[in-house]
Amino acid sequence: MTTLELRQVSKTYGDGASEVHALRDLDLRVDAGELVAVMGPSGSGKSTLLTIAGTLEDPTSGDVLIDGQLLSVMSRNDRARLRRRSIGFVFQDFNLLAGLTAEENVSLPLELDGQPLKAARAAAHDALEHLGLADRATRFPDELSGGERQRVAIARAVVGDRHLLLADEPSGALDSVNGEAVMRLIRAACQRGVAGVIVTHDAQLASWADRVVFLRDGRVVDQTAPPPPPESLLLSDPAR
Amino acid sequence: MSVRHALLALLSEGPKYGLQLRQEFETRTGEVWPLNVGQVYSTLQRLERDGLVAAEGEAEEGPQRNFRITDTGAAELAEWLRTPPDLSSPPRDELVIKVLVAARLPGVDVRDVVQVHRRHLVELMQQWTRIKDLSATDDVALALVVDAELFRLDGLIRWLDTADGRLKRAAIEPPAAAPAAPLPKLPRRVGARR
Repeated sequence: MTTLELRQVSKTYGDGASEVHALRDLDLRVDAGELVAVMGPSGSGKSTLLTIAGTLEDPTSGDVLIDGQLLSVMSRNDRARLRRRSIGFVFQDFNLLAGLTAEENVSLPLELDGQPLKAARAAAHDALEHLGLADRATRFPDELSGGERQRVAIARAVVGDRHLLLADEPSGALDSVNGEAVMRLIRAACQRGVAGVIVTHDAQLASWADRVVFLRDGRVVDQTAPPPPPESLLLSDPAR
Repeated sequence: MSVRHALLALLSEGPKYGLQLRQEFETRTGEVWPLNVGQVYSTLQRLERDGLVAAEGEAEEGPQRNFRITDTGAAELAEWLRTPPDLSSPPRDELVIKVLVAARLPGVDVRDVVQVHRRHLVELMQQWTRIKDLSATDDVALALVVDAELFRLDGLIRWLDTADGRLKRAAIEPPAAAPAAPLPKLPRRVGARR
């Protein structure tokens, strides 16, 4: 099942001499359970792709579909509801609210969506438990380590029925070992059926994805082939 | 990879048989470096000849022989651990050569060539990462070996990214006809492996 589909999406900022083509005729499909990494240099359109996929911005032309629903024919309210219920964001700098505990941060999007407090808190607790943070639920962000804060942010992104995870350089300033832990958790979320898109310039992060899409000047120029079984690298050539 | 020193390291834990050495070598290197049993015995023979290991007891040649490390062997191992490996760059890195050639050849889009290699490297990294993902989280030896490979490939990708940026800029702003100052002469063989 396709969770996210971009069809011939273009985005242009400004006009005349100052016109900038951030995305040009971009096609991208991400299925439920799939983790896709988008790699490209600064200015290649990575962040624009994420804001458009996340319904935070409209494309200049082309279509965006989430769960098969065409966004352009939905009302503003319906789109906002879809965003709250289906889409989770993970940012480089976590973006947790300092005055709320870990559990409150995670349950906030459900509460804002009008879910009963008790159900929202229970779902938040589940999400934290999946990420190994059950014992940190009542801590405030400044009482957590960087790695733990990012795990709370991932829990918030997948809480409840949210099943499209959009991440912008999700390991941010974390060291390699914590960055790897973040990618393991995102992969695990995808194995439970979430569709994930991470944009990054870091090949080590991108290599956790099922598929890596390369962006250049707003266009998809290439993508990786489905990986061969891992055994092919092990015990291959004794001379290597 | 020095099989010789790896066997000395294993023997420094206590006497062992050839087959046992082979099995432990593969386990400790995350099973990424397979070793055939012939290699183990020929290496043991050379180590014995050089006085770095000695056979225990009076057993005949063959799999029944149990080897131990000698004092000379232990000293050799300690010395090896602290000797920096040869990290000077190879005289001709094929990837660098390909990109340099592509940048000069008419009719070749060098940025496409860069992308072909970038994709291939990322695909290799995906395979290594998958191995790490599927392995037990407490298999530190395997994680260390895989990390080393991932950092090496990542370094190549970063070089390609930098090359891509430079080539893009050079295409937009072609360099002036004459360089402002002559470049200092570098010794030809600097960094070349002997």
